[in-house]
Amino acid sequence: MKPTSRAFKANARHALGDPNLQRAMVNLRTGFAERRAHAVAQLPEWEELREQAVAIKKDTLAHLDFYLEAFERNVIANDGQVHWCRDAAEANETVLAICRRLGAKTVTKGKSMIGEEMGVNDYLEANGITPVETDLGEYIIQIRHEPPSHIIAPAVHLVKEQIAQSFRETHRDLDATRPLNDSRQMCDEARAVLRPRFLAADVGITGANFLVAETGSSIIVTNEGNGDLTQTLPKAHIVLASLEKVVPTLEDAATILRLLARSATGQEFSSYTTVSTGPRRRDDADGPGEYHVVLLDNGRSALLGGEFEDMLRCIRCAACLNHCPVYRAIGGQSYGWVYPGPMGSVLTPSLIGIEQAGNLPNASTFCGQCESVCPMKIPLPKMMRHWRECEFQRHLPPPAYRLGLAVWGFFARRPALYRRIADVGARVLGYVGGGRGRFRALPVATGWTRTRDMPSPEGRSFMSLWAERQAQRKSR
Amino acid sequence: MTEKPRVALFVTCLVDLFRPTVGFAAVKLLEDAGCAVEVPRLQSCCGQPAYNSGDRKSAQAIARTVIAAFAGFDYVVAPSGSCAGMIKVHYPALFADDRASADQARELADRTYELISFLVDVMKVERVTARYDGVATYHDSCSGLRELGVKSQPRQLLASVAGLTLKEMRDCEVCCGFGGTFAIKYGDISDKIVEEKTGNIRASGADTLLAGDMGCLLNMAGKLERAGDRTKVRHVAEVLAGVAAPALGEPGNGE
Repeated sequence: MKPTSRAFKANARHALGDPNLQRAMVNLRTGFAERRAHAVAQLPEWEELREQAVAIKKDTLAHLDFYLEAFERNVIANDGQVHWCRDAAEANETVLAICRRLGAKTVTKGKSMIGEEMGVNDYLEANGITPVETDLGEYIIQIRHEPPSHIIAPAVHLVKEQIAQSFRETHRDLDATRPLNDSRQMCDEARAVLRPRFLAADVGITGANFLVAETGSSIIVTNEGNGDLTQTLPKAHIVLASLEKVVPTLEDAATILRLLARSATGQEFSSYTTVSTGPRRRDDADGPGEYHVVLLDNGRSALLGGEFEDMLRCIRCAACLNHCPVYRAIGGQSYGWVYPGPMGSVLTPSLIGIEQAGNLPNASTFCGQCESVCPMKIPLPKMMRHWRECEFQRHLPPPAYRLGLAVWGFFARRPALYRRIADVGARVLGYVGGGRGRFRALPVATGWTRTRDMPSPEGRSFMSLWAERQAQRKSR
Repeated sequence: MTEKPRVALFVTCLVDLFRPTVGFAAVKLLEDAGCAVEVPRLQSCCGQPAYNSGDRKSAQAIARTVIAAFAGFDYVVAPSGSCAGMIKVHYPALFADDRASADQARELADRTYELISFLVDVMKVERVTARYDGVATYHDSCSGLRELGVKSQPRQLLASVAGLTLKEMRDCEVCCGFGGTFAIKYGDISDKIVEEKTGNIRASGADTLLAGDMGCLLNMAGKLERAGDRTKVRHVAEVLAGVAAPALGEPGNGE
């Protein structure tokens, strides 16, 4: 996927002016944040569970090579194959080679953010293979030719009228006068359209929420059951997974699963939790003939042992997106690449470079909501700040901003001088703005005063008034 | 009688520049609680603008002046969760590569508090003797809430203010969109967030908005005023201390 993160500000402005998006984003709070709060409140052991999950992932990351090799051994023992891929290009070539060998014409896809990272749909299409997204949200954005705006609810930025319109434009063989007013009707229509595609598919591609080292299994969680049809019906099941998805044991996966759905949607468990171990065995009633795991690095191994290693604990629940005031204001597409919100603001610069993604870690108020709801206790604000430090060291922020900061810093570290300047500032600003009580415009803060007033200072600095008061006390 | 604890007031740069009233209110509350209050002369800012802009060196330099200025006091108290959080939570992390400074930072962090939580948690203040006729709603500023656990303390003291009714707004724990330089660098996004906030303030039916941080207060007051809203905006310390001054953004400031 080609990043547009450099245009973050313009993207955000566009999103702020999009009435449909603004209407759709209201649902985030009731649909996700409130349900999560309720689910967490129901579970007295929530904090202990978080601690356990963090410990599991820390151990896994400390011995990642060991667990990944164990995973591969067990996949092979179950007649599957693991394909180690350094980057998106290698992963795409691997997927294409499997499809070509099987003479695949269409490929069904369960939701996969790694697939988005690879741009696998575009790649397959360019090579004459038709990918069909089967997750309802992914299907909607696929027919609209849009990137996802959320890592678990890709079409969350749309209102149902937009979706109905897209269905009418795409499903032209259906009765034009049919009603498409509620989500049930649209769901049924998507189901009917997708059913023959499931049956016709030659290869099924899914993501993975977990790779289990001890069994060589991959696990996905879904609410629609589309993942099961995607992976069991075709000749081959290809799992797209990044290497930090591995956990040592099934028990470990079960522990983290208890956090995942609660954090994501406020469910105790997703409707479907599907464990896949190898291809169909001789006495299995159904299942794919081949089982492949495309194991993608794409820059992640470089994060091990560094400032951003904690980010590899992320289980993609999206709680940080759902609780982020910035994400809620502008939606996910503004971030300009695959991963939006706080987790994206940390991960995206790691994967596509800070030169491309510099806006992302800067566009945060550091309110800390993301860290407080993160089931894996990832210190997201701290890591965003670290990105800002990397940027600052490389002189990437605009010169005017750096100059302003330098001037302010010069005085701030000289308190005696600062005190005098502050009193002059308070007097001047208080004199100019005091009559009205506020400023309608301030030249150095137009980003503020375009939409907000700036309250006027009272007219003297506290430090000077305090000094006067102390002098009076002494002279008495 | 035990000796009064020596408390140094960290005024904060925004209170110093915009609203000395808050500083004097803090002094009054601390003195009423039985503290001997001093205001070290060599203070400016906690260094957050540099720290959050990625300028770690400047942040360290400023932190060193703060550590020096506030050495030797029993407690350091700031009328801001954000600045107190900077000293308490972030100063020790700022000197991860400098053991001696890190020790000094931790020592300072251990005796630094946000004003209202200091009054309640340390000085065991249970009530104040102030009067404020109005219906107030309280915004929980992010750093105070999530870094320092300031939540019940202001509400407990506000409950003792004669004439005041507290009405909670929806999403009182959600950020107001200030975020320091964020409010200027990403003004459009900041504005959208504060618009949500002021909508909730209005819907609460309160005539007064209170919070414990000047940054958030300036942002919310500025948005309310631009919309022609007459909600009075004040720092919670002003109401608890019963000091009278024109509300933020009202005419009469600067005179």
